Amino acid sequence: MAPKPDTLQGSLDLLVLKILSRRSPLHGYAIMSAIQDISADTLRVEEGSLYPALHRMEESGWIRAQWITKENGRRARVYELTISGKKQLGIEESRWKAVAAAVNRVLREA
Amino acid sequence: MSILRRVANLFRTKQLNREIDEELQSHLEEAVARGRDPEEARRALGSLLRHREASRDERLIVWLDSLRADAVFGLRQLRKNKITSAAAILSLALGMGLAVAGFRLLDAFLWRPLPVAHAEQLFAVARQGLGPSGDFRVSEANEYPLFVRERAAVCGEAELVAVSYSNRAELTFKTDDEIEKVERQYVSGWMFPAFELLPAAGRLFTEDDDRTPGEPAYVVLSYEYWTRRFGRDPSAVGRTFRMDNRIFTVIGVSPKGFTGTEPGTMIDVFVPTMMHEGVTHSDWSWFRTLAILQPGVSVDTVREKLQPVMQAFHEERAKGFKTEPKSFLDRFLSQKLLLEPASSGLSGMQAEYRRPLVVLGLLIAMVLVIACANVANLMTAQAAARHREMALRISIGAGRLRLVQLLLMESAWIAAAASAVGVVFAWWAAPFVVARINPSNSPAQLALPLDWRVTLFAALLTFAVAFVCAFAPSLRVSEVEPAQALKGEERQSRGRLMLTLVATQVAFCFVIYFAAGLFVTTFERLAHQPTGYSSENLVILTASAHQPQPPPVWDEASGRLRYVPGVESVAMAGWPLLDGNGWNGFIWVNSQSTEVLAYFLSVSPGFMDTMRIPLIQGRDFRPDEVFPGKAIVNEAFVQQCFGGRNPLGQWFEKETGDGVTRWRFEVVGVVRNARYRNMREPMTPTAYVPFFRTNPAGLSEPEPKDGGSFIVRMRKGSPAALMGILRSEVSHARPELRVSSIRTQVEINEAHTVRERLLAMLAGFFAAVGLLLAAVGVYGVLHYSVLQRQKEIGVRIALGARPFDIARQVTVEMSFMAAIGMGAGLAVGFATVRFIASLLYEVKPTDPSMTITPILVIAGTIVVAALPALIRAVRIDPASMLRVD
Repeated sequence: MAPKPDTLQGSLDLLVLKILSRRSPLHGYAIMSAIQDISADTLRVEEGSLYPALHRMEESGWIRAQWITKENGRRARVYELTISGKKQLGIEESRWKAVAAAVNRVLREA
Repeated sequence: MSILRRVANLFRTKQLNREIDEELQSHLEEAVARGRDPEEARRALGSLLRHREASRDERLIVWLDSLRADAVFGLRQLRKNKITSAAAILSLALGMGLAVAGFRLLDAFLWRPLPVAHAEQLFAVARQGLGPSGDFRVSEANEYPLFVRERAAVCGEAELVAVSYSNRAELTFKTDDEIEKVERQYVSGWMFPAFELLPAAGRLFTEDDDRTPGEPAYVVLSYEYWTRRFGRDPSAVGRTFRMDNRIFTVIGVSPKGFTGTEPGTMIDVFVPTMMHEGVTHSDWSWFRTLAILQPGVSVDTVREKLQPVMQAFHEERAKGFKTEPKSFLDRFLSQKLLLEPASSGLSGMQAEYRRPLVVLGLLIAMVLVIACANVANLMTAQAAARHREMALRISIGAGRLRLVQLLLMESAWIAAAASAVGVVFAWWAAPFVVARINPSNSPAQLALPLDWRVTLFAALLTFAVAFVCAFAPSLRVSEVEPAQALKGEERQSRGRLMLTLVATQVAFCFVIYFAAGLFVTTFERLAHQPTGYSSENLVILTASAHQPQPPPVWDEASGRLRYVPGVESVAMAGWPLLDGNGWNGFIWVNSQSTEVLAYFLSVSPGFMDTMRIPLIQGRDFRPDEVFPGKAIVNEAFVQQCFGGRNPLGQWFEKETGDGVTRWRFEVVGVVRNARYRNMREPMTPTAYVPFFRTNPAGLSEPEPKDGGSFIVRMRKGSPAALMGILRSEVSHARPELRVSSIRTQVEINEAHTVRERLLAMLAGFFAAVGLLLAAVGVYGVLHYSVLQRQKEIGVRIALGARPFDIARQVTVEMSFMAAIGMGAGLAVGFATVRFIASLLYEVKPTDPSMTITPILVIAGTIVVAALPALIRAVRIDPASMLRVD
């Protein structure tokens, strides 16, 4: 069985925070679609793990949620970044960059 | 913030679940709207339930949630079995209520520190040695001149404070008609500053208020009295009143909560020690000495400094002893000084009731254990009945710890409900008991605040009870083996645990019953102790006069009383027998000192007749006979002073107290022994002497008297309302005399058995409660075991077992455990009986009737409690039983 495309362990938080920092508020499905669209389907978020992740981040205070009614009358729970979420994004981003740089260095020099 | 929110989430789980569902639903709708196949989208999202759990776990603290769920479930379980739960809660409430009430009493009486600064540094100066009659005693009474030297000796290391024994005083604010009785305590002026107490109104004493004997006539009211008498009116400060023929001025009010230094008595007025006559007397012991040690100073340092001061003082005093026997002198000089911890104050009542209260506390603890065992058994039986439920829970993944938690929550509910009911019970019970300590005319007064100490005790007790009650069923649950249980095979647990608990119950029940039997017998023996006179229909009026009054005044009042309808005879005495007053002295015969300490009572002619004390030899006093000169003595006196010889016409002497002179008495009559001091001691040698004394001024008329008691014998069946008439008759006859108290002799006698009555009453009550609870326990356990074994019993009956065999089979283990319990109870009872020996009177614990009665009663109770289960077992219908399953 081929590895799942989203096995970028621990990067889900970073992606969600980044998406929400650009365009918010977004509901869960839109976040998922955005990640897929921007990565041109390279990164697929497993739908089952998205919501627990969102709720966890909400509890951590990085994002906050509210219920809205969309133009088509359906209710949706949309998320946006908080101030501490912005900070967290910075941390996650620099951590990611450090890891990526390290991986690149290994690839180049090994 | 986040934790708070999670805890908050606990209480809105339903809404949370709905929200999560709705969000996932909207996710699916979105997917479908974008053209995905609904089935595929749902599959991609995965199980809704799993999502919900995963998301919820993020949003809740899992453990707290499970605790809440268990609490709700536990409550539901309890409500399902309403009757058993109510029984469990009520029996436990009784036990816990008793425990809280007992704690309140013990704490207020013995443990609670006085509300003063540095209470933990407070010690009482006591002396230990042999008393006048050779008995070992520790006394805290001190003499003021010695106190002054002692205070100077430890200056800088400890502050010494004199606090008198509280006594009742009469005071009048306006006219003499409105006499009030108050509790009075003389205290050192520097006590309030040393205790760092601040006035609630006015000011408190300082050292300057306590320098010259007899000055100044100031008092400080206690907050309680200020509230009760003046409704906290600030203008009470500055008011004056008359007490002991002096006018006192109120200068302030002591702070709230400080009720003096004697637990059991609430002081109404504080007076400076200098107002007490005793401050100039080297031979008056009338107060306690409290030492407040400076931080870092050891008890021994202070003690070693005080001992030589006391020794020197005693040696000086001993030089003045001319007439005392040598042994008395030796004992007097070999006394040792002690410092006893006194952080919670000191009182005679405390000393008298310390052991009874501790005993009652232990009995309560046993009642509580019996009640806990019942609840534990009940829960074990229920846990067994829920065998399959438990097995199911385990097999779908519940940890055993989680099951224990479930049981714990159930027992926590029971314990919490029981403690709520119990606290209400304790609210009422503790003051009820306090009011029964001491005679009814001066009941003990005890501040019983429901403060943090009581609250903490109740909370700890609740936790402890919850854990104890959950312990046994937890053991049961942890044995559950799901595979077998679900197949319907009940592991034949013999219920050993439950039987052990029953044995414990029986053991404690026996101990309580045994102790109660001893106390009840003691009370009965004491209450029926012959007094040597007839107490029925005797009314005692105690009267006093501002100015001493000559005999005609007293005789006239006495004569008027005699003509009240319903009065048979009237006599006068210094005080009634057994009322606590005493006057004693060493007796000299043939100018030789003896070691006989005899008791004296001044009586008028006709006293023996009125009291119905039989005259054996000689005659009564004549109206013109005065003290000293003639005496009527009792048989004990004849035995001890005259060696049983005919004493008529013989002379004896009594020391006057100045150390040199003696009074001479000729014996004119001999009477039977009558109780003078108390019910317990052997009959004291007693000498009755004439009521009036020769006039020291040399006049022919006897000396005027300022107090005495009228002993009035009423005809049988005289109405109690006559007592009021008697009182007014005295003041009508002679307005100079005021009746300060009116009592019956029976009341006075009963005051001597108050402690025994209290012990007997409460221990008897505990025995009844313990017996009832143990009966419930036996019933419950047998009932359960029959239920559990009904299939087996059914088979046996089907195979031809006779009812007798079934009965034997059902009860054999129970009887065995009950016997073990009884044996253990007997052992515990005999091992601990020494502790209560001092509270007993003329009753031997080894007396077979003391052990056989409880054994029979408990055995009988067990049989009665076992009957319903037995009948049920014998009546099991094998056919229907075998059809089950």
